[in-house]
Amino acid sequence: MRVLVIEDDREIAHFVAKGLKESGNTVDIAEDGDTGLETARGTAYDVLVVDRMLPGRDGLSVIQILRAEGNRVPVLILSALGEVDDRVKGLKAGGDDYLTKPFAFAELMARVEALARRSAPEESTTRYTVADLTLDRLTHKVHRADQHILLQPREFRLLEYLMRHAGQVVTRTMLLENVWDYHFDPQTNVIDVHISRLRGKIDKGFERPLLHTVRGAGYTIRDSAD
Amino acid sequence: MAIALLVRSAANRVLTEAVEVTIEADARQLSEVLSAGGMSALQLAVGEKSRHSSGGVYLLLDVAGRRLAGNIQERPASFEGGSGAGVFRYRLAGRQGRGAQPDEERLAAGIQLDLDGGGTLVVGREIESQRQLLSSINRSLLFGLGAFAVFGIVGGFLLARHILARIDAMSRASQAIMAGDLAGRLPRNGSGDELDRLAEQLNEMLARIERLMSGLREVSDNIAHDLKTPLNRLRNSAESALLDARGAPAWREGLQRTLEEADDLIKTFNALLLIARLEAGSIAESFETVDLAEIARDVAELYEPSAEEAGLSLAIITPPSVPTRANRQLVSQALANMLDNAIKYGVRQAGSPSVAGPGILVALDAEGDTARLSVADRGPGIAEADRKRALDRFVRLQPSRTKPGSGLGLSLVAAVAQMHNGSVALEDNQPGLRIVLSLPLAAGPLSVANSDPNRSRARNASEHGHSD
Repeated sequence: MRVLVIEDDREIAHFVAKGLKESGNTVDIAEDGDTGLETARGTAYDVLVVDRMLPGRDGLSVIQILRAEGNRVPVLILSALGEVDDRVKGLKAGGDDYLTKPFAFAELMARVEALARRSAPEESTTRYTVADLTLDRLTHKVHRADQHILLQPREFRLLEYLMRHAGQVVTRTMLLENVWDYHFDPQTNVIDVHISRLRGKIDKGFERPLLHTVRGAGYTIRDSAD
Repeated sequence: MAIALLVRSAANRVLTEAVEVTIEADARQLSEVLSAGGMSALQLAVGEKSRHSSGGVYLLLDVAGRRLAGNIQERPASFEGGSGAGVFRYRLAGRQGRGAQPDEERLAAGIQLDLDGGGTLVVGREIESQRQLLSSINRSLLFGLGAFAVFGIVGGFLLARHILARIDAMSRASQAIMAGDLAGRLPRNGSGDELDRLAEQLNEMLARIERLMSGLREVSDNIAHDLKTPLNRLRNSAESALLDARGAPAWREGLQRTLEEADDLIKTFNALLLIARLEAGSIAESFETVDLAEIARDVAELYEPSAEEAGLSLAIITPPSVPTRANRQLVSQALANMLDNAIKYGVRQAGSPSVAGPGILVALDAEGDTARLSVADRGPGIAEADRKRALDRFVRLQPSRTKPGSGLGLSLVAAVAQMHNGSVALEDNQPGLRIVLSLPLAAGPLSVANSDPNRSRARNASEHGHSD
């Protein structure tokens, strides 16, 4: 995966670039808005990581120009401003996801991967399958090894999100944002308890667990035999 | 002074007019006597008037200028040679005049008429008494003015000295307060006059400032404490990992702990910043039409498994829909913090009387123009004396601070309430704590069905397939 990081804070830029490179990605860094815009125009990237506050042209304006030119590259906005309306403004400008500084690298990595994968035509998929677990988005039915599993609406949405990102790490914050649409930190481990309930329904009584905890990062659903 | 002058000139004018009218009437009457009976009749009439008239001044002279009748000795000097009118001095002739000395010179106003067929008639009016009245008015006015001025100056001086003394006392008190005595107050005399009321208001202002200052001091003490403790832990875990003889595995563990401590610190700072922004009221434009009932159900659903894990059942009572204008994220976060608090501290005390009903009850009702969103638990509750303080920043009533948390949860609820023009109250749930978040409802008719609350117990909700 090829990622462009537009960030004027060198320490953060190198922290992000180092982590992404170690995960086997190619990373370019631009230190101001105009350079970033030129670089993004000249090369096909899988994801852009754009800081909001940049010297010269600011991050939101870079994204707006790219979008106006028809560039659909997925964009993750980084910002020190993390309040409700800042996020809304960022997404309105054409960003696809929003991450507040300071952040854990695992959080950024999980979001960059989710964005890169998102370019695949997923919305037309009506059925997700991981090993012998299937989820049908049209009939809202979930089966494991031909056994029907009853889920509450929210549990269904949680499993749907995890399966859409099968094989990827999904953080607690991503789940809270995408399954519950909450953009705040709920202090206690509310997500963990929901995951453990879901695990009780889809993994309990089966030999091979599919829903895994990734230490220090979040969760992933995958066929462990892969 | 202006009034005194006015009185004086008005008095003068009234008297002068009265004199003129009388003189004219006298002159007209005497002219008629002359036309009807000739000079001898006039001479008789003038003689008659001179004897009986009080205040009248008359003199009739023949062609040669000899005195024929009248009560004054001679023609006034100012009337020599021709007719005229004016003020003159005269002496009374013979025994006329009441109580007046014959040789006394008096003041009169009069006219001189040249008669048909020769002779001269002077008709006048004594104005000596008028002059005396006027000068008496003048004297009274002068005296009055003088007294007025003296009393005014003395009274004003005394009043000013009294007020200045009070202002001086206030000024001394405020200097003491400026010097750091924040408990000091301005002196009051209890009279309720303007100065007293001003002092009262300033004292109220000082009391409020003192409360804010002590609140601020408490907050900074708490910030120092709450940020120093995790910083110490962070430093200790880094140091002990570095000194650990096991090497790399110990470093890894130490770094992991260090990261967790740093994350907690970041959360605390984020919460502080959010509260500060809410209190500054800078995000009020983010309001949208939301359904509080839906928010309550969603957040309760998010927390229900956590409550169950803590051994607490969670129930919710809400009307089907309570629409209002609010920021969905912030109201959700406030309710989340209320539930977080209930799960942390709402565990039933051992030995406390068992009460029927759920361990945690989320209730929403709309009454009038206010929606009340409450979370009630059956834990130990908060003593009445501590309830107000519990909403302050960093206040954690359990001195041990064993439970995780920043001590900012309920402060954020209070800040969210304030930003929505609502309020937070901590109440006794008998036993337990009930936190009530009151929010104003959107203006206009609302489709709130209060009569038919849709009661549902989340933990007992039957499982069903996804169906949206």
